[in-house]
Amino acid sequence: MAVDKLQTVFSETLGLPAEVDWSALAYRKVPEWDSVAHMQLVGEIEEAFGVMLDTADVLGMSSFAAARDILSKHGVAA
Amino acid sequence: MTGLRLDGRVALVTGSTRGIGWCTARALAAHGATVIVNSRADAEAAKARAAELTEAHCVPADALACDAADPEQIREAYRRIFGTHRRLDILVNNAGILEDALIGMISDDLVERVLRVNTFGPLHHLQAAARLMRRHGGGAIVNLTSIIGTHGNVGQAVYGSAKAAVVGLTRSAAKELAPHGIRVNAVAPGLIDTDMTRGIPPERYRELVDGIGMGRVGTPEQVANAVLFLAGDLAAYITGQVLGVDGGMRI
Repeated sequence: MAVDKLQTVFSETLGLPAEVDWSALAYRKVPEWDSVAHMQLVGEIEEAFGVMLDTADVLGMSSFAAARDILSKHGVAA
Repeated sequence: MTGLRLDGRVALVTGSTRGIGWCTARALAAHGATVIVNSRADAEAAKARAAELTEAHCVPADALACDAADPEQIREAYRRIFGTHRRLDILVNNAGILEDALIGMISDDLVERVLRVNTFGPLHHLQAAARLMRRHGGGAIVNLTSIIGTHGNVGQAVYGSAKAAVVGLTRSAAKELAPHGIRVNAVAPGLIDTDMTRGIPPERYRELVDGIGMGRVGTPEQVANAVLFLAGDLAAYITGQVLGVDGGMRI
């Protein structure tokens, strides 16, 4: 998996500013990533990487790093 | 009628190897949908039914074994649907069981069994289906409730609770999913001639028929027609509704 691709999905879906501290980016820690945006983000990640996440994954995707780990679990190479 | 055509749409009908589910699967396939036939555990029966649909209606059809009482099987089912079809446009939450008991004689096991299949199953299916539907701009979900869920009946406190919960699920999900183009409606059959209702004791069955304004039981095809309507574009502006198909039944 190219991390840049995941960053692009996050940036475009959440409408993030140009400069993002990816290591600190977490659910509900920025105004752009609220519960409504979260479901949109899940859908965009699934579409971009051709996977279907479990409900546990959706609930566990609490940060950018967690999203990367979840994709790795689904066989999308990190 | 063009508003009834479902060409190119993928539909999952739970519990669709017989009864109302099978009639619904046939109705959707007859109008062009690719139908995924579902059986709780009998994969061969589902495959045979899928083959019947393809032969009769010249549409693709698929088969899926999945127990509505098991959330993990439901999750796996949607992974498979995503892998095979990449989309889902219609979900018919039909799978259900009927078990009656008078208040005071309701066992924990009965409560667990009936709610797992009739309430938790539809909820888990709806949640997973909605995620696939919103990717492609929307879809239609039709939940099978019952006149028992809307009006209640003696001996059916558990079944009635389970089916009433489906009404609540339908109305809440309709509100939440409307912005995503996903419509959620329910059909509430009255007394319908299926294997499930043939188990009702004869005397009680006669009493129930006597309470039907039209004086006769309904057919699975008549329920399937209501589902077909709600699943398609003729119902494009209808969501959060419960449509009775009961011949004017009083209960």
